[in-house]
Amino acid sequence: MAANPMTQFEVYRIGPEIKVGAFDISFTNASLFMVISSLAILIIFNLGSKKNSILPNKIQLLAELSYSFVSKMISDTAGSKAKPYFSFIFSLFMFVLFCNMFGMIPYTFTVTSHIIVTFILAAFIFIGVTVIGFIKHGFGYLKLFVPSGVPIVLLPLIVVIEIISYLSRPISLSVRLFANMMAGHTMMKVFGGFVVSLGIVGGWLPLSFSVALTGLEILVAFLQAYVFAILTCIYLNDALNLHH
Amino acid sequence: MFKKIFLYSLIANFFFAKKIFAAESGGMPQLNPEFWISQIFWLVLTFGVLYIVLSKLILPKISANLELRKSQIQENIEAAEKQRESSEAKLKEFDGIILKSKIEAKNIFKDAREKVIKNINSKKETLDKQIDDEIKKAEVEIDTLRQSAPEKINKIAVVTSTEILKKLIGAEVNNSSISAIVDDLVKKNGDKYYGH
Repeated sequence: MAANPMTQFEVYRIGPEIKVGAFDISFTNASLFMVISSLAILIIFNLGSKKNSILPNKIQLLAELSYSFVSKMISDTAGSKAKPYFSFIFSLFMFVLFCNMFGMIPYTFTVTSHIIVTFILAAFIFIGVTVIGFIKHGFGYLKLFVPSGVPIVLLPLIVVIEIISYLSRPISLSVRLFANMMAGHTMMKVFGGFVVSLGIVGGWLPLSFSVALTGLEILVAFLQAYVFAILTCIYLNDALNLHH
Repeated sequence: MFKKIFLYSLIANFFFAKKIFAAESGGMPQLNPEFWISQIFWLVLTFGVLYIVLSKLILPKISANLELRKSQIQENIEAAEKQRESSEAKLKEFDGIILKSKIEAKNIFKDAREKVIKNINSKKETLDKQIDDEIKKAEVEIDTLRQSAPEKINKIAVVTSTEILKKLIGAEVNNSSISAIVDDLVKKNGDKYYGH
């Protein structure tokens, strides 16, 4: 069982089964790590915002640097109109980042390696962005599918392509994060299995690979959270500043 | 080479795992919908709580902290700028005062010099006048003395010549004839004798 690299993604119930109507909403290991990630974020940022000294201490510096990092990311990609959505994008970035990072600790569960979780986040973003676009521009938002400067002959084709690309946004956004996390963790598990099966003689090579992969995966964990947040900003930019 | 072996074994592993767990979970646990509802529920709950707490409590505080720091730094910079300006103004003022006093000192010096020069000139003039007067007086005296000198000398010459004649001849000589001779000589050679 331990040799199978996919067992680490299995969800199991912790505690009693909770049912609301026909739905099973039991507390699982996935729920546990969602709660842990959220709590960790809240604790760190609460500590970082408690005291306000002109010369910040380490945790305050961390919180303020994260704040300005996300703030700069949003203003660079979506402009000043995206300011009301700052809290959401900040929460999203931090949630994905912490879930990814907690997944890097051995024997933990990676929440973002489940397609359902990333898909719900992506679908929420997709629906939200579409609603914002229609509220801001009315039916003029449909101009998003008609790029300017395209020959009339090509227009039907382009519009179809644009619509397909727009509709595939939630899928690409969710699958990107999910596949990255799953592939990385599977690879690490496989290399770990090689270390055990090759033993003391040949196990050093996969072990060194494993060490290198750990570094890579930590990078990927950050990068994917960043990509998730910045793509959200870009979609938001399309909805807020309609120009093509 | 190693990479290739690894890749093949990875693919083999996947097939292997699929065969073993095919009956149990359908290969990928992610595609097993058993806990989907639970995951959605807990995701919405935790993320919702996280979003609400962050947006309502924590992020405004961090933003306020950052704003406060920014404004404080700005204020300090402005205060420093103001002080610099005031010190510059004071410096200029002092420069003006120094320039003014320099001019004043120059004026005072000039005045004093002029006064002293005037004083000296007036004193010099009075002194010159006095000296001139003295010289004139002395000249007048000398003139009178000079004028009276030939007469006296003539008298002395007459007296001495009578005495000498008396001693030489032993007889009285007429005074008037001697004085006539002297007068005659003075008229002839007076210029030679008195330097006229």
